[in-house]
Amino acid sequence: MNQSTAKRSAGDVMLEARGMSKRFGEHTVLQDINLSIQRSEVVCLIGPSGSGKSTLLRSLAFLENYDDGEVFVEGELLGYDRARDGRRVRSRPSRLSDVRRNMGMVFQQFNLWPHLSVVENVMEALLRVRGMKSADARRLALTTLEKVGLAEKADAWPNRLSGGQQQRVAIARSLAMSPAIMLFDEPTSALDPELVGEVLQVMRQLAEEGMTMVVVTHEMGFAAKVADRVLFLDQGHIVEQGPPTRLFRHPQSPRLAQFLGNYLERNTLFEAAPAPNHVDD
Amino acid sequence: MDLTVLTEHASEIGSGFLVTLWTWGGGVLAGAIVGLIIAVIQLSAGPWVRGVLRCYIEVIRATPFLVQLFLLYYGGPSLGLSLSPMAAGLIGLGIYGSVYFAEIFRTGFTSIPRGQQEAAAMLGMTPWQIIWRVQIPQMLVLILPALVNFTTILGKETPVLSIITVPELTFVLTGIGAETFAYVETLLALCVGYFLLAELCSRLGQWLERRASRYLTQGVRQRGALKPRESAA
Repeated sequence: MNQSTAKRSAGDVMLEARGMSKRFGEHTVLQDINLSIQRSEVVCLIGPSGSGKSTLLRSLAFLENYDDGEVFVEGELLGYDRARDGRRVRSRPSRLSDVRRNMGMVFQQFNLWPHLSVVENVMEALLRVRGMKSADARRLALTTLEKVGLAEKADAWPNRLSGGQQQRVAIARSLAMSPAIMLFDEPTSALDPELVGEVLQVMRQLAEEGMTMVVVTHEMGFAAKVADRVLFLDQGHIVEQGPPTRLFRHPQSPRLAQFLGNYLERNTLFEAAPAPNHVDD
Repeated sequence: MDLTVLTEHASEIGSGFLVTLWTWGGGVLAGAIVGLIIAVIQLSAGPWVRGVLRCYIEVIRATPFLVQLFLLYYGGPSLGLSLSPMAAGLIGLGIYGSVYFAEIFRTGFTSIPRGQQEAAAMLGMTPWQIIWRVQIPQMLVLILPALVNFTTILGKETPVLSIITVPELTFVLTGIGAETFAYVETLLALCVGYFLLAELCSRLGQWLERRASRYLTQGVRQRGALKPRESAA
């Protein structure tokens, strides 16, 4: 235990779960999750509804508190502090924010703040958390919006944008804080099919730039093309994991084979797929 | 009807009006601040603290303001709490108002999707920043009508303070009426006075509502005071 609390040398393991479990009442939603994510790795979590993949992602950000085990963000224990007597106590919000400082998150429902304009959404944390001057924050926000192709929407209200644009703003809002790890919780599940591509395109670009990413998704095409590793969850367990080619072409467990079969003829994933996105249904 | 009785006592009436304005404003401010604190604590505290606050709200809501005020003003000294009429009035209004404001704010807080707070927390904003910058600006749109409504009601509770001799509008005007037997004139003046205050409150509320809901109405109707923020889409 002692070595785990010590800060590891900067570098390789960005995010790690050890024996992590999570219960809602009697129901165990995550059981003994062991997971280690390297710098610049792109990991996709797939699985049926209720398999625990979103809960796992949210636990990695401590938006859900896990019951047993540990999660480390760049070597620092997330969500809990060790008390003198060895027991653990929940971290104060400031400590939690400090451990999460290099972590960004994108949500299924975007969660933009509707009372602030697009650029103000991106500026908010730069002003309040980073303490930047307004002009500097605005400049950085515009540069980041440029990156997701939405600089011209800077002064629009979020609810005037399409879902795909809103999600790209949400990505920009996260990116502006220059995170080292980005978590995506079903980022395209709330979008009209034709808007999915623009969001996946931005995510793909991030992956190519070396961002460490953990993505809960139903977009098997994205997982197949962009992920370094795919994790298949079922009933709170990591049933199978590995590079997407192996998982999609040669699933070991019957459960994964069945799951993939429900999605598509799996070999078509790697043959002539015309668009870089949206291969399901 | 002889309105000269009002002009003759204009300065007394004016000062009564100001005292009413002051007790009203003070009561609303105290009530809103305490109410906001109660609502915030209710959101984050454990079951024991929440239970205590729940009791406080139930008891204050279930008893008449007049009784609360008497208890505070006449019963206070026996507990070592001797208050001037004005102080008792302000504290009384603040306590009475706090529970209603707390309920309004609580409704407001629960109406904001949780994801908005999660997004803010993931960006490193502190709980207070989330309350001030994310939750309150949005919930204001929803709760402003209720806030304005209760503020008006609280204004119309201020005449109760006349009973413990706070020299506010009702105290002054009924006093003049009793002295000069001009009951009708003074009572009519009272009506006009409270109408003006309520109207002021309602106008202020409308203005605030327009401001707070800019992001909802923007593009539907532009007011001169509102800066256009969006190029035509």
